Amino acid sequence: MNFSYTILIPLIPFVVFLLLGLNHRRIKPAVSGYIGVLGLLASALLSYFTAYKYFFTVPKLEGVYQQITHKTVWMNFTDTLQIDMGVLIDPISVMMLVVVSTISLVVHIYSRGYMKGDPGYTKFFAFLALFTFSMLGLVLATNLFQIYIFWELVGVSSFLLIGYYYTKPAAIIAAKKAFIVTRFADLFFLIGIITIGFYTGTFDFETLNNPAGEVITNWASTSFMGLSVLTWALILIFIGGAGKSAMFPLHIWLPDAMEGPTPVSALIHAATMVVAGVYLVARLFPMYYFIEDGFALNIVAYVGGFSSLFAAIIAITQHDIKRVLAFSTMSQIGYMMMALGVSGYDGHEGVGYMASMFHLFTHAMFKALLFLGAGSVIHAVHSNMMGDMGNLKKYMPITNITFLIAAFAIAGVPPFAGFWSKDEILVAAFEHSKVLYGVGLFVAGLTAFYMFRLYFSIFHGKKTNYEHTPHESPASMTFPLLFLAVMSIVAGFIPFSEYVTANKVPFEAHLNYPLAAIAVITGLIGIILAYVFYKNPTEYPAKCRKAFGSFYKWAYAKFYWDEIYFFITRKIIFNCISQPIAWFDKNVVDAFMEGIGSGTIQVSEKTKKIQSGRFQDYAMAFVGGAVVIAIVLIYIFKN
Amino acid sequence: MILGVSIYEILSLTTILFFIGIYGFVTRKNLISVLMSIELILNATVINFVVINKYMFPDKLEGAVFGIFIIAVAAAETALAIAIIINLYRQITSVEVEDTTTLKY
Repeated sequence: MNFSYTILIPLIPFVVFLLLGLNHRRIKPAVSGYIGVLGLLASALLSYFTAYKYFFTVPKLEGVYQQITHKTVWMNFTDTLQIDMGVLIDPISVMMLVVVSTISLVVHIYSRGYMKGDPGYTKFFAFLALFTFSMLGLVLATNLFQIYIFWELVGVSSFLLIGYYYTKPAAIIAAKKAFIVTRFADLFFLIGIITIGFYTGTFDFETLNNPAGEVITNWASTSFMGLSVLTWALILIFIGGAGKSAMFPLHIWLPDAMEGPTPVSALIHAATMVVAGVYLVARLFPMYYFIEDGFALNIVAYVGGFSSLFAAIIAITQHDIKRVLAFSTMSQIGYMMMALGVSGYDGHEGVGYMASMFHLFTHAMFKALLFLGAGSVIHAVHSNMMGDMGNLKKYMPITNITFLIAAFAIAGVPPFAGFWSKDEILVAAFEHSKVLYGVGLFVAGLTAFYMFRLYFSIFHGKKTNYEHTPHESPASMTFPLLFLAVMSIVAGFIPFSEYVTANKVPFEAHLNYPLAAIAVITGLIGIILAYVFYKNPTEYPAKCRKAFGSFYKWAYAKFYWDEIYFFITRKIIFNCISQPIAWFDKNVVDAFMEGIGSGTIQVSEKTKKIQSGRFQDYAMAFVGGAVVIAIVLIYIFKN
Repeated sequence: MILGVSIYEILSLTTILFFIGIYGFVTRKNLISVLMSIELILNATVINFVVINKYMFPDKLEGAVFGIFIIAVAAAETALAIAIIINLYRQITSVEVEDTTTLKY
């Protein structure tokens, strides 16, 4: 089966990026929007075609989905260790292609309305195209090194887009923070990659992930500090993934990243880039599962579970609607990580893996919808704060309905998409560890509560006097909302276990009715509480705040993690490490180099008098030299 | 070939002439005198060409031809040098060597 045309899927956005980026002063905004949308439309259609071709026309090999690669050698280090460039087609990469190109297309269409009149309109579309290119390249990568290259490209485009409003100091700080934190995590990722390259002699996913292959069967051959080196490498790679996916404690950049334009938040910081870490773990899943009996995978599970709880608690207390959504994203990604962590490999045991990918898919749809809906609200109200909103259902009917659908989806109410994927995650957690199941269930309740707190505060609640009467957004913005709303309803009915599984063998997934009922009831309790608290202005929120006292304050301050980071970086690292290094640089390195410079100057000051400018001195030197040479030559050749 | 005069005597003459030229070139303060010293140096070399041609290869003419050639070049060169000196005089109203040190360092 030939899938080499899939290289076009990332290349089309790249061409769009070059076209718009190089000519961004010349191309009119009206045209550039169309170029961006058309390019992405082509990519999306190719992705759908690929999905159809892969899942329905390629014959399975003894019931297993085949992994198809097309690649060429890019760099050759040794006989075995080489870096390839190419495309890898397997269930998760095809699924990610569909997710990324769909969300990106929707966001492109939406941006035509949202960014209208912005001075950097064309540039914005160029950056969006660059991001889409990098993300699609990341998805299709055939080896660790290729994924790392696109990983960094994704980071750069995220940096550019967060800092898009570059005249706003907060946006610049947020962009820097996001870049530095994720780059810091990527350092560990790189070390992990190099470790794997050194000990296994290959970067190739096919070789690494083969459950019967040499890498996985020989994991115990080298150990370091009581663990296999490969386990260490996998933990380091997970740190890289945790940085990109905003897992605790590397989550601090994600809330600040909301300074970027809202379509960017929807595309990058909700639906696609932040799930790159999940994708990375899923990509290396056989290694995580088999090496050292899943030691690294357990870390993934607990970090994911803790992050989801941590973020959900913070999300309840925040007032900026985009920050609530940011913490919600972090919480949901924690869910996906947890699902991967509790997953087995064969057949129905791999339900966690399937659920994680399923949740990634549905979450992309409804979280993008939530962000775009929030963008529509912000567009109308010109504020991010919940306090400035209220009773918007009267003014913005379409946004209201679609936001409500998305909120139901994320709260896990059947038959919306989130219910199906969340239920599978809870089933997987229940089979693996009761603690993680409890965390997952509690987070499900919290999710429903904070999401409906958000919904009621925006669209219901107190009557607010608006300076300008809010109005419904233009069609270019409401069409994506409606499309994603439809997706948020139907995406849950896709039989995911038929397509995406850990060992690539389809299995039958059944709804576990008792667990599903518990999850739904928990979600409904959250919704009802939110209804009671926030449908109309009441005394309850203030009373609750008092009841929780300092815990509320901690949560409101995001548990002071920003302050902890500042303390560590400014007080400890700056004073104890950076300043001595700066002193050494100034007083030893620089002084040495400057000494060479000033020494040369002094010597030349002393000797420049020789150049008197009187030609007779030069003539004297010339003649004297000639005479000396003559005498020497005569003396030598006398015999 | 001059009867009764050996090549050594003539070469001694041209060497003395040459070094008188060098001495003048180095010590004169006036640019015109320096130019005259250059002429002395050139003449010494021209005589050398002719004499060595005459005494060592009597049946050849290259030395004499080169002598004439050098005289022509020297004339052109002198004209150029005079032009430079005149321009210099317009700039700094002097033809003294001591005053022409603007190209130093």
